[in-house]
Amino acid sequence: MKQYSDLEYLRLSKGRKFLYGLGRFFTAGIPRFFKGIGLAVGRFFKRLGVGIGTELSDLFLTFKNGDWKTRSSYLIMGFGSICRGQVLRGLLFLLFEAVFIVYMLTAGGYWLSMLPSLGKQGPMEVYNEVLDAYTTQYFDNSFKILLYGVLTVFFIIAFLYTWRLNIRQNRIAEDILRSGKRLKSGKDDLRSLVDDQFHKTLLALPLLGILVFTVLPIVFMILVAFTNYDGTHDGYNNNLFTWVGLQNFNTMLSWSGGNKVYAATFGEILVWTLIWAFFATFTNYFLGMFVAMMINKKGIRIKKVWRTILVMTIAIPQFISLLYVSKMFAKNGLINLFLMNMGWIQQALPFWEDPTWARVTVIIINIWIGIPYLMLIATGILMNIPQDLYESSRIDGANAWQQYTKITLPYMLFITGPYLLTSFTSNMNNFNVIYLLTSGGPTNSAASSVAGTAGYTDLLITWLFKITTGAEAQYYLASVVGIMVFVVVALISVIVYNALPSIKNEEDFQ
Amino acid sequence: MSRHDKVDVRFENRYLNRHPNHIGMRAKNTISNTIIYVVLILMSVIWLIPFICILLQSFRVESTWQVGYVVPQQWGFDNYVALFQTDFKRWYLNTFIMALVTALFQTVIVLCMSYTLSRFRFKMRAALMRFMLILGMFPGMLTMIILYRVLKDLGLTQSNAVPGLILVYVASSGMGYYVSKGFFDTIPKSLDEAALVDGATRAQILWKIILPLAKPIVIYTILTAFMAPWGDFVFARYVSFGTSEGMNVAVGMFNWLNKDQIGSCYTMFCAGGVVVAIPVTILFMCLQKYYVEGVTGGAVKG
Repeated sequence: MKQYSDLEYLRLSKGRKFLYGLGRFFTAGIPRFFKGIGLAVGRFFKRLGVGIGTELSDLFLTFKNGDWKTRSSYLIMGFGSICRGQVLRGLLFLLFEAVFIVYMLTAGGYWLSMLPSLGKQGPMEVYNEVLDAYTTQYFDNSFKILLYGVLTVFFIIAFLYTWRLNIRQNRIAEDILRSGKRLKSGKDDLRSLVDDQFHKTLLALPLLGILVFTVLPIVFMILVAFTNYDGTHDGYNNNLFTWVGLQNFNTMLSWSGGNKVYAATFGEILVWTLIWAFFATFTNYFLGMFVAMMINKKGIRIKKVWRTILVMTIAIPQFISLLYVSKMFAKNGLINLFLMNMGWIQQALPFWEDPTWARVTVIIINIWIGIPYLMLIATGILMNIPQDLYESSRIDGANAWQQYTKITLPYMLFITGPYLLTSFTSNMNNFNVIYLLTSGGPTNSAASSVAGTAGYTDLLITWLFKITTGAEAQYYLASVVGIMVFVVVALISVIVYNALPSIKNEEDFQ
Repeated sequence: MSRHDKVDVRFENRYLNRHPNHIGMRAKNTISNTIIYVVLILMSVIWLIPFICILLQSFRVESTWQVGYVVPQQWGFDNYVALFQTDFKRWYLNTFIMALVTALFQTVIVLCMSYTLSRFRFKMRAALMRFMLILGMFPGMLTMIILYRVLKDLGLTQSNAVPGLILVYVASSGMGYYVSKGFFDTIPKSLDEAALVDGATRAQILWKIILPLAKPIVIYTILTAFMAPWGDFVFARYVSFGTSEGMNVAVGMFNWLNKDQIGSCYTMFCAGGVVVAIPVTILFMCLQKYYVEGVTGGAVKG
């Protein structure tokens, strides 16, 4: 596509400008985006290579130039520190090494050696002499092998890091002593933990929790996508599971062969998830802003009452309100019965039975859920818009609509850009609303042969949940779906985030 | 618009030499205000109706299933009596304990995390924040399977679900630091620097200067942490699967609206809903000010 110069561009008509912009987005913007990713990956590997190189040469030089205390620290961690009087530090290093060695000898070695196969011997019928009968005996446990295998790998990485730290400590200590200064004592170390190293103290516990209960499970589940872990291969009670490579991605995403129905279902649910996230985000956003503007308007009384009524609905736990509302709209629920009693309708309205009705109804009920939050957020921002903007525009003869599109909306969009992005992605994963309202129904008959029997209002996240429940739970497929959700969310986030005008330096606030 | 307003408009128009049908500025304002009042009243009704329905139906005696009217024909406390003969008491206690303990620990962890990321500039800070942003893009649902099996190995599922759930809630709560970090960012850094010059340690600055100023966000964090377990459904159901003793209110009451139970439990569900909602709502309304401050301040900048 031809690229115009600035002057040529300015001469184009409005429609042409738009078409040109659109064309440029596809011919230049997207390629540039992927080129950027490619360059970033390249830079990463280059930096990695350089980093490893300097580390190795540093290790070598430290060994060559160091004294005997430093050199023995390569084998006995903390030796140098203890010899130089930093007993506390040295003992901690030594303790860590001891724990590591004992762990690797007793358990870690086994988990690590089993990791490539995920277990060799499943449960087996074994003759029991005491009972004079065959009983089931259990041997390897694939689940535990994978879990503790990953944990062991984490531990080894931590050990390598600590080992490197221990050597660097020696080098630094040598330098300090050579320049004739005093080394930090154990007491100094402890004191620095509440002062200039205070962040380490504060972060230790939260990060440990995140590591064990978020990072480890996520790594585990990513690995599961490459195994055949499911209800009939649970790794212990019935069959072991093992690595299957990319087979599951093939099942989920291939458009040909017998598995086409998976790809079709996945595509359908993905499209609905995006439609849902779009409407759920923007209907709430604009209606919430509208409500906030109505309440904020000059001359409206008892503002506090209106706000309180809306805010009160936030307080009530969602499972009560959503379940109740879901039953209100049911075939024999309050609304249908009421309308029939009044004689306004003859047959129950198919709120949850018809796909289109169900989809529209969940979006509308989500508005009911979401407006109070958005009203609160918008109120705060609207009050911050400088009033003189409105006054000067009024003098220039702007009407209310012009004021809205030229002042209020740009201001709101600028401030809430990042919020809109996160609310879009969290709507994509809005489990509660969908599951409590429809449980994903009505059932999609075309997709019923697929695991989890997807329905018309199922989001990827509720489908994922359905796949993991029941005796035929296909964890490996759920894991593939989860990874795909991540990919979609990450792509949207990266593209939108870079396009946002309000990504400013966070230091500006302080 | 009242008759007087109309007369006013006509008089004003004649006086200002306008066409008799011209609507003056003030009249226009009155019209739009009237429309806004109508809309707001309508909205309030729509927003409150489900809750009024729940309240009224919880007192209905004549039938326990869904009907086409709202006001009961016979009033009584039968549903509440029936409610407390089920395991509801146990679920309520479970949820309350979870909410209390989680609120306590989660607040500590979130504050540590957000304060550190707001105030300290250390080597891995940017990488850490980016890493957590990426972690947050993975659906949390995915990790349930493994967390369930780990908890099961530890013996913290089914009837022991309460400590297990608390452990998981608290351990992963560090990820939710955005709102309170946004708040800490608004406290001027010059306060810290002044104290540092005066010889205070970092820990003293946190205790003596920042925390007293951060009261709104502390209360906001406690409040949201306290309210979350009342609504948690998915993971709680996974962990307490099949045992009534370990359930929280959401999981227990969800079953009452199953196809085969809804006929006999519908009004009891309403009664349970009222019992759950009232204390939470009262607490929330009392601390509303802080909640609004947290949402409007922190959520946007996040």
